[in-house]
Amino acid sequence: MSDQFLAQAARLATVFSCRALLSLRSSDFPDHSGRPRIYAANHVSHADFVALWTALPRSLRARTRPVAGLDYWEATGFRRWLIHQVFRGVLVERGAKREPGSDGGEVIRHLAAPLKAGEDLIFFPEGTRNLTGNDLMRLRSGIYLLLQEVPDAEVVPCWISHMDRILPKGGFVPVPLNCDLRYGAPLRPEPGEARTEFLARLHAAILACRRTEA
Amino acid sequence: MSLDPFLTPTAIVCYALFALLGVAEIAALKLKPKMDPASWENLRARIRSWWVMVFVFGTIFWLGRGVITLFFAFCSFAALREFATVTHTRRADHSALALAFWLILPLQYLAVYMDWALMALLMIPLYAFILLPVITVLKGEVSGFLNRVSETQWGLMICVYFVSHIPAVLSLQIPDYRFSAITLITWLILVVQASDVLQYVWGKALGKRLLAPKVSPSKTVEGLVGGVLSATLIGVILTPITPFTPLMAGLTAFAVCVMGVFGGLILSAIKRDRGVKDWGHLIRGHGGFLDRLDSLVFSAPIYLHLLLGSF
Repeated sequence: MSDQFLAQAARLATVFSCRALLSLRSSDFPDHSGRPRIYAANHVSHADFVALWTALPRSLRARTRPVAGLDYWEATGFRRWLIHQVFRGVLVERGAKREPGSDGGEVIRHLAAPLKAGEDLIFFPEGTRNLTGNDLMRLRSGIYLLLQEVPDAEVVPCWISHMDRILPKGGFVPVPLNCDLRYGAPLRPEPGEARTEFLARLHAAILACRRTEA
Repeated sequence: MSLDPFLTPTAIVCYALFALLGVAEIAALKLKPKMDPASWENLRARIRSWWVMVFVFGTIFWLGRGVITLFFAFCSFAALREFATVTHTRRADHSALALAFWLILPLQYLAVYMDWALMALLMIPLYAFILLPVITVLKGEVSGFLNRVSETQWGLMICVYFVSHIPAVLSLQIPDYRFSAITLITWLILVVQASDVLQYVWGKALGKRLLAPKVSPSKTVEGLVGGVLSATLIGVILTPITPFTPLMAGLTAFAVCVMGVFGGLILSAIKRDRGVKDWGHLIRGHGGFLDRLDSLVFSAPIYLHLLLGSF
């Protein structure tokens, strides 16, 4: 009971401090269609999913879970508590082979379970934080395989701005900057669309979300 | 000084502004058929925000020096955030920016509140100027170094150092002045903001020649002259709440209005350069904090120094 209370307090504190520090603003957020949803965003900071989750409409926050790297989030007790109790993350082993038939299938099924149970996921299709300085790295095939596993799911592309300056790799103290989240129209693989074609379309859709950014 | 707190000059100015806003609401309703819906909505949102701003100012100014200082510290924080967002700073500037936000900004306002005059005067222009490049250079990122370091320093100067001159007015002891120094801030903000609004009104009514078309597409020479002169007149009319003679009030009002115009132009030029329309979105209809503070930023230091020189 008190664990639940503590986690809820941490969620409220996160929403409050994140809103106050970053003056989060969402534009063109697509209304929820009732389909299982995967938010696919660019990834430069550990705080990316926190910003996206906080900026979601309140009614959607409870049903939205971040997909996070097991190696990082299982490393300390505090991180374990944060990712499991507070954010109800879905942890995956990174670097697992994502080819169907091999042990990658297990990862995909693990990710598909919440979607099939009516929850949404926050997913970073680059697979890891982008430290290259380029806009968006090549997308991994995980998201395509996940959509094969849950055919009625849709992908909502999203661009999160400035997070690499707000809380960069190795940074501990956040620098408050105005953080914008810009969304694009939901997409789904066309019938017969090949993996590379779909990933290229999603890649372009995420980049297109930046639009008017300075 | 034993005036009823609801009858201070600041309180009376607020009542007058509320009455004026009531008139503005009615005028906006009358104008509705003549305006296109988008600019009418914007006008309406601006007026709504003015209600909130006057209410917030009235309350804060009633609560005294500590709260006023804290309020401007918060304005600086929001302004610096808007400024830093549009700069070229990158990961290598993270430590310098974190220090600017979490150490230098609070220290500046602490110094202002505690009357540590030398520190309030020198910390940002001298010690922050030395410290921040030192921290940044240690990161070893040379690309855009001059730009990034200068932008951070400019952000601190404009958003923190200049803005902190407004609450610094509260440390003044003016002989034979019967009101609290808070009234001096009220007068400054009223005159400068009136100049902004009146430039807009005069510009809409008579504006023909553009003042600086590349920098600000809406500022006109007619608006500028009409706005500055009528705001100066307001400053003179309010002489009884100031320690000035009418002539001094007029000259001071004129000086802060002119500085206000330049402040607006300079911050517009930065926005155009960086390709943004508004600094932020926190004040509905107006944009960000810097969109509302732009004219105060450059007039506040001049105002403080004019006061220091005159008394």
